[in-house]
Amino acid sequence: MGLLRNARQKDKYVWEIPVGTQEGMRVPGVVFGDREILQKADEDNALVQVANVACLPGIVKASLAMPDIHWGYGFPIGGVAATDVEEGVVSPGGVGYDISCGVRLIKSSLSWEEVEKRLEELLDHLERGVPKGLGTKGRLQLSRKEMEDLMRKGVKELVAKGIGWEEDLECMEEGGYYPGADPSKVSERAFQRGRDQTGTLGSGNHFLEVQVVEETGPLAEEMGLFEGQVVVMVHSGSRGLGHQICSDYIEVMNAALYRYGFKLPDRQLVCAPVKSREGRDYLAAMACAANFAMCNREAITHWIREAFEATFRAGARKLGMGLLYDVSHNLAKVERHLVDGKEMTLMVHRKGATRAFPAGRPELPESYRAVGQPVIIPGDMGSHSYVLVGTKEAMEMSFGSTCHGAGRTMSRKAAKKKIRGEELKRRLEARGIKVRTDHLSGLAEEAPEAYKDVTEIVKICEGAGLSRRVARMRPVAVLKG
Amino acid sequence: MPETPDFEILDHTADVGVRAWGKGPAEALRNASLGMLQLIYDPSTVKINESREIEAVGRDWPSLLVAFLQEVLYLVEVEGWAIKDLEVVEVSEYRARARLQGEDLDPERHLVSGEIKAPTYHMIKFERDYDHWIAQVYFDV
Repeated sequence: MGLLRNARQKDKYVWEIPVGTQEGMRVPGVVFGDREILQKADEDNALVQVANVACLPGIVKASLAMPDIHWGYGFPIGGVAATDVEEGVVSPGGVGYDISCGVRLIKSSLSWEEVEKRLEELLDHLERGVPKGLGTKGRLQLSRKEMEDLMRKGVKELVAKGIGWEEDLECMEEGGYYPGADPSKVSERAFQRGRDQTGTLGSGNHFLEVQVVEETGPLAEEMGLFEGQVVVMVHSGSRGLGHQICSDYIEVMNAALYRYGFKLPDRQLVCAPVKSREGRDYLAAMACAANFAMCNREAITHWIREAFEATFRAGARKLGMGLLYDVSHNLAKVERHLVDGKEMTLMVHRKGATRAFPAGRPELPESYRAVGQPVIIPGDMGSHSYVLVGTKEAMEMSFGSTCHGAGRTMSRKAAKKKIRGEELKRRLEARGIKVRTDHLSGLAEEAPEAYKDVTEIVKICEGAGLSRRVARMRPVAVLKG
Repeated sequence: MPETPDFEILDHTADVGVRAWGKGPAEALRNASLGMLQLIYDPSTVKINESREIEAVGRDWPSLLVAFLQEVLYLVEVEGWAIKDLEVVEVSEYRARARLQGEDLDPERHLVSGEIKAPTYHMIKFERDYDHWIAQVYFDV
């Protein structure tokens, strides 16, 4: 605590923590936010984590934090760090345990009037169709070879099995295929933890929400969004597979740390050169988890479509249930960026931050190349969610990154103490939000009071130029593990 | 008769931790494990039908703590097992072996309340503190 007094305000929503504030910093820290966000981050120790990340070998430009910054482990949540692939490191902690945790939005041509009267029936179908948390097995029992194929080839392999749609592929980062995946770099234990978990939601802050588009701005039409439209949001990740891969490679890199002679301010920041054996192996395993996570969300999407088909007695294509987009907010990616006027190949770590590329970038699918990349921002339970679009300014300021959600402000324990699950459920239902969950105490942990106001975060992202608003949605039903 | 586990749940903005104590490392490991399990389900609802053994290896005390908790977690998540209690029968800085008692996990009867993704190295502690041992670990949940 106490780094705030060293921070210099560079612009309305841009704060710099200069090199030298903490020993070992190679680049400054830059936090996007207002004074309140900075103060809260300072009390939370998250600014120290921004400064710690600035010590990573090979980091370029700055250690960044988005406005939804809060205390993480090693990296702050909301942290973005880019390292030079030639001389820099990759850090599993900069990706997180839930590798490629992310959000997607599925559209429909249905209006709220059409869905409202059948909502309970739809929720029954969704609840039966989508497996949730611990102790529930996934609906897909895959052999070892089938798991390996999903990891190696990504979502197109799942589509080949008849799960998901071919046209979904282009609405995912990397076309649903993170390159370089090598299942031989994934431990037996990680395989075992991921087995039976393809197409399961998980618990914690993971959820499925039925939402209604409430307000639209420019570009909404180009993205196929209209006011009153019913959409479905899915938030899930790579499940036990990713958690174990992260744990495994933290150990591998801890054991190799002496070889590279890195001095790190926090053990959780452990890392290895991108080009080293440990770095390459981690990236090959991380790619497996990224592919698995996208397959997981695609399988869930398939069952959501089935639930709509059963409820509305029409095919999902006829119901307009195409994918808007799928983003990962915990991932490291090789990207080309301009740094001080020089184009560099970087390993961009986003830990609780979303890639937000502007129109014209070659990474974007044709359908969005003229519009810009859709960014999907889930609010906390019961509040709004947003669709944003990437900007040119983000490319210059944040390696094309923006926030990933509301960001917690109250610990889970404090939330549980303050709020009772049953009472919260009643409160949400009084506001017209139906709740389906197996564990009411888990619900309390995710109470709206425990989060920052997502609308404020989105406004600051917009004010700072990191992304622009396209649409706002309100939830009408929440399913949680 | 095993002693009542001595641990407390720690607050963390995004996640949650456990701080446990013991007369020695074995007891601190047991208490940290029971603290972690309480975050997943209610161990008081578990009956003892079966016993199992686990073994963990580490490079130092903190990494042993992480590895040990990973073993316990694996039993719950992959083997679908609910643990009631455990006894650490052998422990050194590099290795721990334990015997665990429990039964098959039943999410409803055992009041499952959440999942734990992993124990982390964030602010980790596993060390002697005067006349007792302290084990502290934060989890990604």
